Order: sequence, then C-alpha cells, then structure tokens
Amino acid sequence: MSQSLDDISRQLKARHRKSRRLHWMSMTALLLAGAFLLAFLADMIGKGYPAFVQAEIQAEIHYSEMAKDIPLAAVDEDMRELVSRGFLRLIPNEMEANPELLGTTRMRWVVADDQVDQYLKGHYHQLDDEQVAIVDRLVEEGRADLRFNTYFFTNGDSKLPEIAGIQAAVVGSILTLFVTLAFAFPVGVMTAIYLEEFAPDNKFTQAIEININNLAAVPSILFGLLGLAIFINFFGVPRSSALVGGLTLGLMTLPIIIISSRAALRSVPDSIRQAAFGVGATRWQVVRDHVLPLSLPGILTGSIIGLAQAMGETAPLIIIGMIAFIPDAPNSITQAATVMPAQIFTWAGMPERAYIERTAAGILVLLSVLITLNASAVYLRKKFERRW
Amino acid sequence: MKTIAKTSFAVAALVAGTIGTAEARDQLRIVGSSTVFPFASYVAEELGATTKWPTPVIESTGSGGGMKLFCAGNGLDTPDITNASRQMKVSEFERCQENGVTDITQAVIGYDGIAFAQSKDNDPINLTREQITLAVAKEVPQGGKLVPNPYKNWSEIDSSLPDREIIIYGPPTTSGTRDAFEELVMEAASEEIDGYGGEYTKIRQDGVYVPSGENDNLIVQKLEQNTDAFGIFGYSFLEENEDKLQGAKIDGVAPEADAISSGEYPVSRSLFFYIKNSHADDVPAMSDYVELFMSEKMIGEIGYLKGIGLIPLPKDVREDMRERVAEREQLELSDLK
Repeated sequence: MSQSLDDISRQLKARHRKSRRLHWMSMTALLLAGAFLLAFLADMIGKGYPAFVQAEIQAEIHYSEMAKDIPLAAVDEDMRELVSRGFLRLIPNEMEANPELLGTTRMRWVVADDQVDQYLKGHYHQLDDEQVAIVDRLVEEGRADLRFNTYFFTNGDSKLPEIAGIQAAVVGSILTLFVTLAFAFPVGVMTAIYLEEFAPDNKFTQAIEININNLAAVPSILFGLLGLAIFINFFGVPRSSALVGGLTLGLMTLPIIIISSRAALRSVPDSIRQAAFGVGATRWQVVRDHVLPLSLPGILTGSIIGLAQAMGETAPLIIIGMIAFIPDAPNSITQAATVMPAQIFTWAGMPERAYIERTAAGILVLLSVLITLNASAVYLRKKFERRW
Repeated sequence: MKTIAKTSFAVAALVAGTIGTAEARDQLRIVGSSTVFPFASYVAEELGATTKWPTPVIESTGSGGGMKLFCAGNGLDTPDITNASRQMKVSEFERCQENGVTDITQAVIGYDGIAFAQSKDNDPINLTREQITLAVAKEVPQGGKLVPNPYKNWSEIDSSLPDREIIIYGPPTTSGTRDAFEELVMEAASEEIDGYGGEYTKIRQDGVYVPSGENDNLIVQKLEQNTDAFGIFGYSFLEENEDKLQGAKIDGVAPEADAISSGEYPVSRSLFFYIKNSHADDVPAMSDYVELFMSEKMIGEIGYLKGIGLIPLPKDVREDMRERVAEREQLELSDLK
C-alpha cells in the first residue's frame, strides 16, 4: 500500500491527538484517585484531631471516710456529674494503697466526663443549663481546659469514652505481628529457597506453585476458619490470644512472603551461582554466602508489605475471638489481646458521640503506622537494591 | 540461619506448651449478644478497675453464636457466661443438656426498646403496628388473598398518614434486633389483620426496606441525609442522637424509658445472660461479676447502665431476679416458653 505524504501528515495529527487524549485521561484518573485520598484523609483528620485533646477540670478531692464506700462523695455535689467516673471509681483503691490520704483534701486536675468534653469542643452534648453554667464558670476561673490527651495513648478500651485509649490494641498488634513474623518469615523464606534452588521442575512442584499463588488470593476470612479448626480446636491454643492471631495471620502472609522471596531469589543472576560452583562451593554455601545475602532486600520488602497487610486485617480475627472487649494490654502471647483495626471497628459501632472522634483518631494512628512500615520497605529496597 | 531455626523451634515449642492449659483461670470469658455487649462490657470494665480480677474478655458473637459456644461443653476453654437479647431457645437448651451443660442460671437484666425513628425535620408521627407491618411486609392481603406489597407511599396505607415515600433502613437478617422487630411488630400485627391467617414475618425485598448492616450508627447517618426515611434500631442510639432524631409513637406510645420499662411501649424486649454454674469453683471471678452486674448500682433505677440506655426492670421484679440469681436457681425446660 502506498501512502502520500499528505495521508501520513493527516494521520500523524490524529495519532498525536490520541496520544494527548491518553495523557489527559490517565492524568484525570490520577487526579481522581488523589482527590478521593485527600477527601478521606481530610475527613479523618478533621474528625480525629479533637480526640488528641481531652477536657480536664480542677476539682477538690475529699479523701473522707465516706468516699471509701461511695466514691461520688469525694467531690462537691455540683461537680459530681462533671468529673469522669473512670477517675472517681478508683478513689477507694487509691485510699487503700495510701492510708495517709484519709481526711485530707487536695486540689487535683482530673479527667472530665465525656459530655463536658463534647461541650468544650463545641459538639452536641447532653448537659443541662445548670451544668453548662458551672462549666462556663470553671473555664473562666481557669479550672477547666482542653489538654493533650495522654489517656488515648496510655489506656486500653473503655466504655467511658473520655478514658478510652488505644494502648492495649497497639500492644496486641505488636505481639500479634511478632508471632506472625516469627512464624511466616522463616517458613516462607525456606520454602522459597527450596522451590528456587533445590526443587526439580516437575508436575509436583508445579502443582505446589499453582496452589501457593492461589492461596495468596483466598479471602482472608477463610484463614480465620482454618485458624479456628487447626490452632484452637486441634492444638488447643487459647482463644483470642496474640499467639493464635499471629499464627492465623501468618498463614495468610505466608504465600505473599513465598512469592516475593522467590522473585527476589530468581533476580540473582545465574552467573553468580555458577561462579561459586566453579570454585567448588556446595549448594549450601552458594545459598548462604551469595544468593541469600544478595536477595535479602527483596525478601525483606516483600515481608514488610505482607506484614502491613496482616496488620490491617480484621476478618479472620472475628472468628478466632480477637474482636472483643479487651481493655487490658496483654503481658504474654497467650493472653487475650485485641488489635488496632479491631479497636476501630468496635468504636465505630458505639452509640456515644465521643467515640466518633476516637474512631477517626484510631484510624489516623493505624494509617501512620502503615505509612511507616511501607516507607521502610521502599527505603530498604532503594538502599540495598542492586542492578545487574 | 541458626537464629531463624531457633525462632521457628521456639514458636513450635510455645504452641506445644499451650496444649492442655485447662486449669483454674482468673479471667472470665463471656460471649453473646451484641445488644447486651455494651452493658456487659461496662460491668466487666468496672470489675477490672475496682477488684483484683483481670477484666473479663467479652466477645460480641450475637445471641445465637454465643449459645453455640456456651453449650459446647463444660471444659474451661468454653465460655462461662453468654449474653442474649432473647430467651434461650428449647433447641439450645437441649443442646446444652446433651453436652453436659446442665446447671445453668438465667438472669434478666432489663429491657431494650426498639425505636422506629425519623429525622427531627419531620412532624412527629403516630403509627400503629398494623401500619408498620403493611409498610414492610413482603405481601399484603387484598381482596381475600396475599399480593406483593404495592405500597410506595405512607398515605396509600392510611389516608391519615402523610404523603411521603416509604423507605425504611433496618437491621439485616443476622441481627437480633430484626428477630425482635419481626416478633414484636409483624407477628403481633399480622394476627390482627384479616388475610394473613396468623403469624407473618416476611419482609419485602423490593428496595423499600433497606437492610443496613449491624452498625446502627450508619442508619442514624442515613436518616440525617434522607428525611423521608425511617430507621429501626436500639433505643440507646435514639437516646444518644436526640438532637437529630425523633422516635415515632407506636400505638400512641412514644419510645421513652418509663414507657419501655412499664411495658406500655409495645416494641420492647428483655435482655438476659446465662451462667454456667459448673465453672463456679474454677473461675472465682464469676460470682463477683454476677453480683456486680445484678447490683442496684448497675441495673437499678439510678444505675450506671441506665445512663447508657438499659431500661431497668420494675423494682419488685428486679429484687426477685437478684435473689434468684444469687441462689443460682437452675434453669429448667419448663422455664422456657
């Protein structure tokens, strides 16, 4: 087919137009995705930042004989509804531990009830006019204030929103991820090494490979059922514990680690193996001294991404009992624990308004941890990556 | 590599070590209804904060899921207490008996009202259970037989009702609130309406009734956006959102604490928990927890749980119940209806 110069130049225009259109469309797609992300983040930050401050009021605490039995008696009558019950109910224990307090009166800054907190933040509240007047007076006298909310980071969950915090969930998440890593990393890396370096290429290993790829795409709730059947019912691992959670999430992370480790091992050029074999190294020496160190950055990146995914997972944990009310931080991996996404889920379902900001603040904490994890994966890759 | 081998060995040893940990334990394990969950966790937190016991672990599994775990056996790896937003079913009782869980005590802690609520922008409305049933039922009787529900507008059901599109956000089939709504509204009303021939609890699926997930906060948000809509959810969510929502009067009674407690408000149910008495010696925290839960400061007229939406039992019923629970009265088949 012969084409004149005119034909070609006409086509060229059309081709350039198409190219510009693609450029434009792909940029719109990016902008759209960015806009969604921004809207989500702005909403979360807007809703969540009030949770990082908390109303506190200065009150006279009377450590009287009566307060031992009725903690409410420890504060003046007009303050009883304004001071958090989470503080008041601990007074008898405090007096038991420090007998010298009996008969004294102290001015103390104490955490305020969530209604006071919501009022001071300008949200909907259920204080009556009289209480509003008292709070206004306290603010004028400098005896009520919004202060940095340390409770959010040092307390576990609570049914009193003003003292509910994320600490127990953070500890639970750390323990669970520790178990996940200790279980999935060695098993995953070893499996990848066997499949890449030792295994013959036959029907059997191909079947294994298909199954591993398949497992990576299985809905996570199925791993929860598996965890319940194997770890809890068969091995008798305690329900709700970080151990069973970590092992279950480990099963889920395993295929991701295997697949990324295999890719990392495969990217090590064969010339390196052949050179090592050439000077008489055994298979074990080749893997230990050459292939593994060279592929470690890739393996670590894959493992971190797998862990980040495990960290945000809730579905399998419902089945093994980790989505529960667990306000105490666990001391060991066999104690009942909850995790950060589970805590967010629980708060999102609570009727009290003050939990809305806590839910958003919990999401912000989780997001920042995930960003840290993913950024460290990128950093590791950039720092140790080698091109051949 | 040695360290990796060591870690995997350590994990294996840990797994092996935890097998057979069935001795006495300090921490109470509780499962069951998501409706009772906020009340039970309030008591649990109080127990953890003010006594030497660790805070009990409470899982929100739903009433049915809780019964299944509770009745699985007497071993210490089974829950000590299960919460329920309805009474134990006969089939569940029999399952318990088969598995050797025979010494059970039933405790009633109070009532929960189910609100039929709308946005505050609307005029207050008064509905009967019959009208609500005709709005949500899959089929309605017309000309002596059941036809697919044709109503799209409240005024089509009764000319006294406003000319307003019918749209109802409610709980999904897995929810205890839906069970209760079906029983207390639809079953009761369908017996009064000619043409249903007794109990009828099928809910329409043509988009007028929108199942909205277990999260009642979501329904509250939807009602704010769509002022035509009604929502079905627990009384505590109505109480917390009184600035945005109002409850419809049902059969002339508004959803308020007093009316729910006295039984005047027709859509209310009792809340329960069940105690596995065979664990009493091995889990010493149980008796303290039960005593605290039944105490006046929790479920009484001015108790803490009232503050988060529990409707207390009338005084005499409450005292009687407290006594029966303290004696650990054994649940019999004849106690269940």
